[in-house]
Amino acid sequence: MQLIFSIITQKELTEYLQNSEDTIVALATPAGVGAISVIRVSGPKSIEVVDSIFEGNGRIINAKTHTIHYGKIKYANEVIDDVLVSVFREPNSYTGEDSIEISTHGSQLIVQKIIESFLEKDVRLAEPGEFTKRAFLNGRMDLAQAEAVVDIINSRTEASLRGARNQLDGILSAKVDSLREMLINSSSMLELELDFAEEDLEFLPKEKVIERIDEIVIEIDELLKTYAFGKVIRDGVNVALVGKPNVGKSSLLNYLLKESRAIVSEIPGTTRDVIREEFSLDGILFRLFDTAGIRLTEDVIEKEGVFRSRDAVKNADVVLFLNDIIDGFANDLYKELKQLIKEDKILITVNKIDLLHDHIIECDVQISAKTGEGIESLFKAMKQKAIGSENYSEKGAIVSNLRHFNALKKAKQHLVQAKESVQNGMSGEFIAVDLRNAESSLGEIIGKVTTDDILNNIFAKFCIGK
Amino acid sequence: MYFDLIVVGGGHAGIEAAHAAAKMGVSVGVVTMDKSAFGRMSCNPAIGGSAKGHLVHEIDALGGIMGQIADRSGIQFRILNRSKGPAVWAGRCQSDRKLYSVEASKIISSTENITIVEDSVIEAIEEDRKIVGVRTLKGNEISCKALIVCSGTFLNGLMHTGLNATKGGRFGEQPAIGLTESLIKMGFEAGRLKTGTPPRLKLESINYEILEEQPGDENPQPFSRRTDRSKFPFLPQVSCWLTKTDSSVHQILEKGFDRSPMFRGLINGVGPRYCPSIEDKIVRFADKPNHQIFLEPEGLDSDLIYVNGFSTSLPEEIQREAIAKIPGLENAEMVRPGYAVEYDYLPPYQIDLTLETKLIKGLYFAGQINGTSGYEEAAGQGLIAGINAALKILGRKDEFVLKRSDAYIGVLIDDLVGKSTDEPYRMFTSRAEHRLLLRQDNADRRLYEFGHRFGLISDNELKEMKEREVLITKSKDLFDEIKFKPDEINNLLESKATNLIDNAEPVSKLTKRPELNLRDLLQELDLEKYPLVNSLLANEKALEQVEIELKYEGYIQRQQDLIKKMEKLEEVKIPESFDFLKLKTISNESKEKLHKVRPRSIGQASRISGVSPSDISILLVYLKN
Ligand SMILES: Cc1cc2nc3c(=O)[nH]c(=O)nc-3n(C[C@H](O)[C@H](O)[C@H](O)COP(=O)(O)OP(=O)(O)OC[C@H]3O[C@@H](n4cnc5c(N)ncnc54)[C@H](O)[C@@H]3O)c2cc1C
Ligand SMILES: Nc1nc2c(ncn2[C@@H]2O[C@H](COP(=O)(O)OP(=O)(O)OP(=O)(O)O)[C@@H](O)[C@H]2O)c(=O)[nH]1
Ligand SMILES: [Mg+2]
Repeated sequence: MQLIFSIITQKELTEYLQNSEDTIVALATPAGVGAISVIRVSGPKSIEVVDSIFEGNGRIINAKTHTIHYGKIKYANEVIDDVLVSVFREPNSYTGEDSIEISTHGSQLIVQKIIESFLEKDVRLAEPGEFTKRAFLNGRMDLAQAEAVVDIINSRTEASLRGARNQLDGILSAKVDSLREMLINSSSMLELELDFAEEDLEFLPKEKVIERIDEIVIEIDELLKTYAFGKVIRDGVNVALVGKPNVGKSSLLNYLLKESRAIVSEIPGTTRDVIREEFSLDGILFRLFDTAGIRLTEDVIEKEGVFRSRDAVKNADVVLFLNDIIDGFANDLYKELKQLIKEDKILITVNKIDLLHDHIIECDVQISAKTGEGIESLFKAMKQKAIGSENYSEKGAIVSNLRHFNALKKAKQHLVQAKESVQNGMSGEFIAVDLRNAESSLGEIIGKVTTDDILNNIFAKFCIGK
Repeated sequence: MYFDLIVVGGGHAGIEAAHAAAKMGVSVGVVTMDKSAFGRMSCNPAIGGSAKGHLVHEIDALGGIMGQIADRSGIQFRILNRSKGPAVWAGRCQSDRKLYSVEASKIISSTENITIVEDSVIEAIEEDRKIVGVRTLKGNEISCKALIVCSGTFLNGLMHTGLNATKGGRFGEQPAIGLTESLIKMGFEAGRLKTGTPPRLKLESINYEILEEQPGDENPQPFSRRTDRSKFPFLPQVSCWLTKTDSSVHQILEKGFDRSPMFRGLINGVGPRYCPSIEDKIVRFADKPNHQIFLEPEGLDSDLIYVNGFSTSLPEEIQREAIAKIPGLENAEMVRPGYAVEYDYLPPYQIDLTLETKLIKGLYFAGQINGTSGYEEAAGQGLIAGINAALKILGRKDEFVLKRSDAYIGVLIDDLVGKSTDEPYRMFTSRAEHRLLLRQDNADRRLYEFGHRFGLISDNELKEMKEREVLITKSKDLFDEIKFKPDEINNLLESKATNLIDNAEPVSKLTKRPELNLRDLLQELDLEKYPLVNSLLANEKALEQVEIELKYEGYIQRQQDLIKKMEKLEEVKIPESFDFLKLKTISNESKEKLHKVRPRSIGQASRISGVSPSDISILLVYLKN
């Protein structure tokens, strides 16, 4: 049960039940982009309200479910747009309620006007994810699917979208389901020996049990490994730009953003506050934190700035430690950084290589924030720091949700315990304790919690019964 | 005529129900069609087996009679799964079919407050949705405050052998007519199930020379804690015999498939997948060349052999011809053919965890009528129904419901009510999520207190158990403290071929080693120093418990953690008056399921098949409001 509450809290549920009478509206496609925008309306009044502003061949109020109607949206006697209206009646809609999808030509202004016309008719703006919550609560999707949709809503970049959609399509669900199936098969073999000892059956030798457990653990490990990637895809990467004053941190920020966002000057100590900007690269969202150069200073404001730089370092996934090729490697600062954060998160970078060619300092990458030289290698290095060297395809099953990650880890622990029991020569009923726990951990991911699967499997596969 | 309680049927469910209620002080009338058929074994002359043995121990620990009857009529006793851990050890016995019934009759006729009425109940009578009495075939009307129906396979029973169908609940016995219809009139739903039994052979006509013998245990163990061990076993012990079918047998059976009532669709009832007929086995597992057959004697002075594994409803001549092809049975004389029986059951979502029906107050169902199969399953339900009916008649406010973590009986009833089986339900150890805790050996520790509360377990029995409990706890504590130094114990360790120790280790830790047993370890202590250890060594039962709890501590702990987690959901009660249909946001299917089953706790609701976790969260929210 906790699992439900981890995505939909008790409070939200209560609110939902109180609010489920409401009809809600929101833009269903990303704002501002694309040739067509879709506005979604859901709730008991949705059909009635759309009917009141729609002018077409027939009336929406008489329309059957899953029908599409062409016509005009009129508001205050003004034609706002030509639209397509799709009608879905409960329970056969995305949310399980009566709902309508309006496809318009997509200008921001038009969308704005249509939504406003709804708001005047006792329809309220949907909360983020509210359609999905309704869908889930009305039994229209399983847990993993619902979570994936929530991820889509929260996701910022393309890869994240693709990842989340994959999950929605059930790639992770299917994978976990197949692991669970494997587990149920092994459990059945053990149970067979316990409940049908009298029967003339061949029982699974213990080495085979271990083999099967190992197979499943390997698969779980593969899934666990994708989490770093999945998390990056979901949450993005925090990159702190740090270094001594004047090494070119702000220049690098500007270069990456392709705009002159931060003030750059030859005066050391130019940047005082932390500047936060985002840019996306190969579908990964990087959050850049340009910081004040770190040095001992009496200036009160700069002091505070340095203090904040250290904070940014602590919260970073990657620390881009910038050095000036002229001044050389800032060893003292490096030592300090290592105390704040794990060494493997630090990317040692040397800047201004346009000034001193063929000079080599030991580091991960060399760049020039002025000419752009080496930026490609910097990109590569940043990506690798964030997600490791494995090459994941977003088409495979990816774990991007902490709850799923933890459930998989728990499943693995149980399997390891089960294996130990086998190795210690324990009989089947002891091994079964952990196999069952593992099965239920996997079941938590996909919201499956049946207890009869093992017996059903036995009855189907084995000739038993005296 | 009036009785506080009427029990319909003197089968395994009926006798437990009648006995428990009578002992609790209510007047009981047992109406049964044949008074010489108390506790008659319709099928296999055996009690116990995996999970079923557990049920017998639990019935015994609650003050039921099945264990004692089985002990007195048993002609072969075995503990199954001896090579595995104690949680799956299961007692099983072959019974003398006739003596089993005789012993059951003895107990029933000697129990105060029980009156036996030989008749058939054809109608149950209600007033204002409360049961008030029954009408019988002989034209009597008997009134009562409560009624327990334990009709077994008799409600509109129909027996099939080949294309011949005969009305009856059991070979040579009439079916029960009318009762189902009167229940349907009250608003109940009825369904149809099927089960089968193998042919019987003449004892002397079998060639035992070439068969594998299966003797009982050398040191037979009784089921009942009340059985006098000095006299046990009461009867001479016999062996069973093993043989198997082969392709020549299968070929003959196949010849009869065109006259199989099963394959011809003449049987509407659903049969159990775990107990298929031989024709089912051949069809479903076509690649299996042989099927094992157990030849089981039906009794000491019976000349019948029960052909376990060969349940069938094929035509009689096909049965006869096929049997002659089985090794050892070449000259076997078939005394009676196997048959399938179809009967009415009442899908058990209609009962509560007390086995009282939701529709009619004072009406209880127990045994095969609830869709179970097996003597032990029936007896367990009979006991619970009897106790609850008596509590109600006596005006006591408490009810008797066992949790899944208390007993297999709890698992059984919870499954029945929540999953409302559509095939005959049999108990398996894998149905119990707390299997390691629900052992035969601790049935008294789990259940004596309940039995005592209802006057079915004596003060002395409870006292003995409680003293033992203290001894167990103290010993476990002590064994964490007492440590063996290497030089005190390494000799023993060496002789048991297990690793020697370098540093002192507590007794509790050493006990965990599979190679060591607690008694051997304790013998190495200076016993004069530890009077407690002396008492423990003198108390075999307590010693066994301490050893099990120490040896499997980690596993037991994990199951207990699980119980705690589940208990939280069990503790959230749903009021009886709760209207599940008003749950707006739940799918219609789960709404209907919930409405049908009317779960009494969130835990119970969460186990109903088809009710999803999100339904449960919504239910929770409604309950909070
Ligand atoms: C042919 C056959 C094969 C079976 N095979 C198996 C098997 O393979 N495995 C297995 O586990 N179990 C099997 N069983 C089931 C097992 O016998 C039952 O589960 C068990 O006996 C049920 O106990 P009970 O108390 O519910 O009913 P029963 O033992 O059937 O007793 C019912 C009693 O009620 C009486 N009665 C019924 N209706 C009325 C009435 N209206 N008025 C008065 N008296 C009435 C009957 O006379 C009978 O005494 C089989 C049963 C049969 C008949
Ligand atoms: N030639 C050359 N000059 C650079 C490069 N990067 C930065 N500079 C110059 O170095 C000076 C300092 O640059 P900033 O980007 O302000 O340095 P900073 O690290 O942000 O400095 P603070 O904010 O003071 O800590 C400026 O004059 C830049 O023009 C580079 O790659 N090549
Ligand atoms: Mg700067």
